[in-house]
Amino acid sequence: MNIKQNPSGLQANGFTLPLSLSINGKQYDLNIEPRVSLLDALREYIGLTGTKKGCNQGACGACTVLVDGERINSCMTLAVQYQGKEITTVEGLAEDGNLSALQQAFIEHDGFQCGYCTPGQLCSATAMIEEFKNGMPSAVSPDVASEEFEFSEKEIKERMSGNLCRCGAYVGIVEAIQEAFSNKETTVAHETFYL
Amino acid sequence: MSIISKIMETVVQAMPDKKPDRLIHQKKYIGQAINRVDGQLKVTGEAKFSAEYELDNICYAALAYSSIAKGKIKKLNLSAAQNAEGVITIITHENSLKLNKPVLFDPSGRSRGSAAMDIDILKDENIYWNGQPIAIVVADTQEQAEHAATLIAVEYKEGKSTLSFDANKSKAKTPSKVMMEPAEIKIGDAEKELKHAAHSTDNFYHTPRYNHNAIEPHATIAAFKEDGRLVVFDSTQGLYGVTRTVAGVFSMKPDEVQAVAPFVGGGFGGKGSVWFNTMLCVLAAKQTGRPVKLNLSREGVFRIIGGCTPSEQRVAIGADENGKFVSIVHSGITATTEHNNFPEQFSFPIRHLYASKSFYIGQKALNLDTVANTFMRAPGESIGTFAIESAIDELAYKMNMDPVELRRINEPAKDPTKETEFSSRHLIEAYQRGAKKFRWKHLPPKSQRDGEWLIGQGIATAFYPVYRFPATVKISLFADGTAIVKAAAHEMGMGTATVQLQHSADRFGLPIEKVSFQYGNSDLPEASFAGGSNQTVSVAAGISSAAEKVLEEFFKLASKNKNSPLHNLKFEDVEAKNGGLFSKNDSTKGETYIDILKEAGKGFIEAEATSDMPLEIQKYSMGSQGAQFCEVRVNEVTGEVRVIRWVGSFDTGRILNPKTATSQFRGGIVMGIGMALTEETFFDERNGRIMNPSLAEYHVPVNADVPNIEIIYNDIPDEHTPLGAHGIGEIGITGTAAAIANAIFNATGKRIRSLPVTLDKLL
Repeated sequence: MNIKQNPSGLQANGFTLPLSLSINGKQYDLNIEPRVSLLDALREYIGLTGTKKGCNQGACGACTVLVDGERINSCMTLAVQYQGKEITTVEGLAEDGNLSALQQAFIEHDGFQCGYCTPGQLCSATAMIEEFKNGMPSAVSPDVASEEFEFSEKEIKERMSGNLCRCGAYVGIVEAIQEAFSNKETTVAHETFYL
Repeated sequence: MSIISKIMETVVQAMPDKKPDRLIHQKKYIGQAINRVDGQLKVTGEAKFSAEYELDNICYAALAYSSIAKGKIKKLNLSAAQNAEGVITIITHENSLKLNKPVLFDPSGRSRGSAAMDIDILKDENIYWNGQPIAIVVADTQEQAEHAATLIAVEYKEGKSTLSFDANKSKAKTPSKVMMEPAEIKIGDAEKELKHAAHSTDNFYHTPRYNHNAIEPHATIAAFKEDGRLVVFDSTQGLYGVTRTVAGVFSMKPDEVQAVAPFVGGGFGGKGSVWFNTMLCVLAAKQTGRPVKLNLSREGVFRIIGGCTPSEQRVAIGADENGKFVSIVHSGITATTEHNNFPEQFSFPIRHLYASKSFYIGQKALNLDTVANTFMRAPGESIGTFAIESAIDELAYKMNMDPVELRRINEPAKDPTKETEFSSRHLIEAYQRGAKKFRWKHLPPKSQRDGEWLIGQGIATAFYPVYRFPATVKISLFADGTAIVKAAAHEMGMGTATVQLQHSADRFGLPIEKVSFQYGNSDLPEASFAGGSNQTVSVAAGISSAAEKVLEEFFKLASKNKNSPLHNLKFEDVEAKNGGLFSKNDSTKGETYIDILKEAGKGFIEAEATSDMPLEIQKYSMGSQGAQFCEVRVNEVTGEVRVIRWVGSFDTGRILNPKTATSQFRGGIVMGIGMALTEETFFDERNGRIMNPSLAEYHVPVNADVPNIEIIYNDIPDEHTPLGAHGIGEIGITGTAAAIANAIFNATGKRIRSLPVTLDKLL
């Protein structure tokens, strides 16, 4: 390994290491610096640009991907952490060219405008629905010890608040998630509530 | 007013109206809630944004920013950065190619400039604002470039800077114009009328700096092709602004520069002008001879892309015993810089909203040493309506009158300051429909409670002007019955391609799947920039003009043919429908485009046309308006505000696509909720540094901050606009902050006149 010290005394990190990542069921072999984030590995080294960079500090959720089914902010992690894990990005949500129920519902309910936060919203919502089914409580769940929660608008809004949408498509996003969750076309009943 | 403009105005007033667009009542595709045509691309990650094009041999740039507001660079120590791994070059004022000064955006369009600031970047050691780019580091990877940029050491000689808005208000001056309009308007003696009015209110309102914070940070890829032509993939709302500005800065011809931006990840005005990130990326490509990608970091966007000015506004309203306005004063100060020219037009809404016996309207602007302020969603109208619509509410409470009623009795029959006729104004109808939907009741302040939560309702008027610009469009209609519409238009979420396809299909009477729309590339005809809510109607007018030519060509071909059913008809007697031209009187009489071309032995017909000058905007007072209704809960203990119910009722001409239109309105309201309650760019007045350049500390609304927002609209076509439509991208944010502040007053009895209404202001 060739680690250089530069005059400022900061480590220049001028070395790379081999790395194998499994993304959307496909293996990618890379040779990258260990400081490369998973997000940058996807966008700049692999060419999977569906995952977006909005803030690079875990504040906006545009970079959300799934690792073994769980949602993470890929900007806050290093690619080297994910060997041997199954990574799913927005490019892997459709199966055999068929959009997932959630993707379809986002289109139907206009759950986006510019589309830049959309990959993160979709990955986040995909995992969020699983979290919900697995009985994971949120800050607004009435009884955190309970194993079942009502899939309410309030719960969805709370659980999706890590994904910013500056175009303000939140109403459509919530409607789309409700429809995909119930797996049928529904007229969405909005509640009047406060968080 | 000069004699020439006076004559022009008289001529325009005397001109006959154009015939209303024949499609204003069409109900085939226009008016349908069609899903976005690019929806699939956006939900699969296939929609390509600027930073996402793969080019061979690409390298990465990162910027270093000044940490002082004004002065000079005394010494640059680049050795650590230069020695860092992967660094190809570092460009500073010491080794930069000489660039021409960028030409500033000019609202008159005369200079054709689109730059946000007109300083000579990297020309010399001068610093003009804290955050100014002082070096571009180019390296093989993004990590290397970003790391090396942190190793640049700078010694400055600090100069004297002007940074405090409050401390320098006395230096504010009246600009010669505000976006082409007079900075001051006086009708009668407003101060005198105010003094003698039966009822009055007179207060100052403050709005802070805001930043757009589109989720896509500004990104550029610049590459010189072998033939010397430059391609710039740039997140922009103005493709031709990029080509002209870059060409000007680098002494090229505009057609030697191609700008590409099929998808832009939100703009909101922040990508409307050309900023230094674009020019510096091109510079790096030129100096390295390699394609260069410059992804601004979120902090970088705050440092070098300006936002909305802070403002101090005075609104005074005087009314007679019955509530009729006798005096309106709306004056105030905004900040700008020596290096741009944008006194934000906060006084525009009041020029059109209410009848009054007298007016004083006056704007001043103050130069500060900051990054240039710029357009941010409904520039002027967003902050202006906060002040006016709060003041109207204050007066209504003083008079113990329903604020809907106070607005109704002061609704003008003609434009109150220009005295021209309205082209289409049904605000009172919007109020009536909104009030019904919202179940509006005017209740006294602090009269509703649920435990420690105080509940209140508030309303405000939304207003945004109608703008249209000439647009060029090219259309080809082929022998297989398909058509391609080409225009260098922009898509940042408005549904540009979707509505223009709906329009084009109806214009030609073709099935929508037979029409395609090419946009997002400056090699296509210059349509219009995406700003001022103009693009949809501007492009629509361009399509109409080009389509008319194409249809005329088809008619000429067909009518020449003696066997054609169209042979003895006149062009005025036929209409485009069912895939061809048919007699208006006898729909069996006609020919399809396919048959006409087959008969003539032609493969296609193609025409390009530019729409006419928007003289209707001078002849009429043209605006969009709406009524915002909201309900808030305010926690009496913590001061926390929750917006829990919203009805937006709009009067914006004809709605082209209810699905995408609803999203546009909602999106504006969501941004307005942030403006009202959580957003503020913190500015350190000691050194000119923005203190919260991140999405962690600049709080845009999250999903949980936004209630279900119900949108209704009058859907009454404006006979003076293409398709009867108005642009709707910005009106949603207008009135929103006032509606919230008014609801907070209704809940708590506390009147907050400075945004954002944070908890501390309510305790």
